[in-house]
Amino acid sequence: MTKPHFRKLLGALVATSVQFGTLGFAFADTTILNVSYDPTRELYKAYDEAFAAHWKAETGETVTIQQSHGGSGAQARAVIDGLDADVVTLALEGDINAIVSKSKKINPDWRKKFENNSAPYTSTIIFLVRKGNPKGIHDWSDLVKDGTQVITPNPKTSGGARWNYLAAWAYANAHDGGDEAKTREFVGKLYANAPVLDTGARGSTVTFAQKGIGDVLIGWENDAYLALDEFGADNFEIVYPPTSILAEPPVAIVDANVDAKGTRKVAEAYLGWLYSKEGQTIIAKNHYRPAKPELVAPADLPKTPDIKLISIDDPLFGGWKKAQPYHFGDGGIFDQIYKPAQ
Amino acid sequence: MADPEIKSYEPYHESRSAAVTESRPAQAVLMAIAFVFLGVFLLLPLIIVFHEALAKGVGAYTQALGEPDARSAIHLTLLVAAISVPLNVVFGISAAWAIAKFEFKGKAFLTTLIDLPFSVSPVISGLVYVLLFGAQGLLGEWLKAHGIQILFAVPGIVLATVFVTFPFVARELIPLMQEQGNGDEEAALSLGANGWQTFWYVTLPNVKWGLLYGVLLCNARAMGEFGAVSVVSGHIRGLTNTMPLHVEILYNEYNAVGAFAVASLLAGLALVTLVLKTLLEMRYGAELAATRGH
Repeated sequence: MTKPHFRKLLGALVATSVQFGTLGFAFADTTILNVSYDPTRELYKAYDEAFAAHWKAETGETVTIQQSHGGSGAQARAVIDGLDADVVTLALEGDINAIVSKSKKINPDWRKKFENNSAPYTSTIIFLVRKGNPKGIHDWSDLVKDGTQVITPNPKTSGGARWNYLAAWAYANAHDGGDEAKTREFVGKLYANAPVLDTGARGSTVTFAQKGIGDVLIGWENDAYLALDEFGADNFEIVYPPTSILAEPPVAIVDANVDAKGTRKVAEAYLGWLYSKEGQTIIAKNHYRPAKPELVAPADLPKTPDIKLISIDDPLFGGWKKAQPYHFGDGGIFDQIYKPAQ
Repeated sequence: MADPEIKSYEPYHESRSAAVTESRPAQAVLMAIAFVFLGVFLLLPLIIVFHEALAKGVGAYTQALGEPDARSAIHLTLLVAAISVPLNVVFGISAAWAIAKFEFKGKAFLTTLIDLPFSVSPVISGLVYVLLFGAQGLLGEWLKAHGIQILFAVPGIVLATVFVTFPFVARELIPLMQEQGNGDEEAALSLGANGWQTFWYVTLPNVKWGLLYGVLLCNARAMGEFGAVSVVSGHIRGLTNTMPLHVEILYNEYNAVGAFAVASLLAGLALVTLVLKTLLEMRYGAELAATRGH
C-alpha cells in the first residue's frame, strides 16, 4: 500500500467521526425521566404510553417519558450521584429517604404529597417453584431445610430483596414467639441456602426461570405472574405462604430536578394520574394491587388469595426509618448473619 | 516435554520443522485440545448467539433491530466509538512518540500509567468518574453550577470508554517505535524536512500497520465495553444505553430474540474486525513482520 492510500483511509476515519459527532438527538416537547426499580418495566411501559396519550388530549402537549430500571438501592444511588430524574418510583420508602438525606433533592415531607402515603400500588412477596412443587414448599419454614436452594437478590442493592428478608423475619418472629436470637438464626439459615445474590429482583427471576438455578424464588407477586406469562404455566407454580409482608412501593417528585428543568407540572400530573381509574386499571392488569381497588372493574382485579400481610409500620419493624439502618445498614443484622457461600 | 531443547525457542517463522521435537501423538493431542477448547468456548457460543437471534425468523430479527431503543443503542455505540477511537489515536501516537523517541524524567512512570486501565477492573474505571463528576463528587458542584451534565449522559460514557481503551494504540506503537529508533527521522531532518513533514512522510508510514492494528483492537473494545459504561450510564432507555447494556436489558425482559439480535450485531462487528485484521495480515504479512517488532 502506498502512502497516499493510507492517508485516504485515515481521512475517511476522521470524516466519519466528524459526521457522527454532529449528529444530534431529537427531543420531543417535554421529556421527563422516571427512575424506577426492576420489576416495574412492563407496568410503566404500558402506563407511560397511556399517560402520554392522556396528557396530549388534556393539554395538547407532547410528553416523552424516559425510563431507567435497576435495583432500587442502586437507582437511588444514581439519583444521588446526579442521574437527572424527574420522578422516582422505587421499591421502598427507605431508598427515597436516602435521596432525601444524602442529596436533599427531595422534600422530606414527600410521603404526604400523594394519597396512601404516596404508594399508588402495593404488592407482596410470594414463592415461585418448579412445576409440581417437587420440594414441597408451602411456607417459610420449608426454605431453611437442608438441600433447598433459595433464590433471592441482595438486600444491599435491591429493594425487593429487603421485602423478602423482612417477610422471612416476620414469619420467624411470629413462629419463635418474638425471640430475636432465634429469628436471626432462621433468617441466617435461609440466606445460607442462597447460592447467589443478584443485584436486583429481575436478575433473580432470570437466574431462577431462565438459567434454571434453585428450587424456589422469593420474589414480587407481580414478577412471579410475569414469569408465568413468559415461560408458560407448565414450567412453574406460584405458592402463597400463609403470611407475608405488605410492600408499599412509593413514588416521589425529585423537587430539585423538576424545578431546575421546569417540569414540575407534568411530573406531578404523571404521578397523580396513577391514582385515576385508568392508572389503577393498568396497575391491576400488571399484577400489582391497586391502592384504590374500588376504581377498577372487578374483572381486571388480580385474583389473589387472602394471606396475612404484615406492614413495615408494624411495631415489629417500626417503619423504614428504623428498620433500614437496623437490618440493612453497615454492620446491621444482615451483615452479621450473611456469610457468602464458600 | 521430556527433552526441552533451546532450539524450540527460535522465532516461529524460521524453518518450522527443525524445531519440532514433540512426537506425532503429542502434536495431535495438543492440536485436539486447542480445537476442542476453541470450539466449545468460542465457536459454539457464537453459533448460539446467531441461532437464538434467528429463532423466530428473519422478520422478528430485523424488527428487533429496527425497534427505536435498539436503534438508539446502536447509534450511541457507534458515536462513542467514533469519538473515543480518534482520541485514542492522537493520545497513542503522542505517548508512543514521547516514550520511544525522547529521554525524560518520569518516563518509566508514564509507561506504567498507560497500562493502568489493563490492570484495573472496569467497574473501578466507572466509579472513578462517579467520584469525580457525580453530584456528590469532587467537581459535582461546579459542573452543576455551570449546567454541564457529564455523568449519566454521553460525555460520561465516552470518558469511561476512553479510559478503558487507553492502552490499545499506545501499547501497539511503543515497542515498534522503540525498535525503529530515531535514524529515519534524523535523516529526514538533516535533508531539510520540518517536524510535521517528518511525521507525515517518515514516522507515520513506518508505524502504519501497528497503528491500524491498535485502532482495530481499540474499536472492538470501545464498542463492547460493559462494566465501566454500565456504572456511568444511568440506563435511560433510548438515550444512554449502549449496545452491550441494551443486550442485558432485553435479556432481563425475557426478550431473547431482541437480546440476541443486538448481541449478534455486536458479534458481527467483532467478526468484521477479525476479518479485516486477517486480510491485512495476509496481504501485507511481509511488511507487517518487518515493521511490527513482534
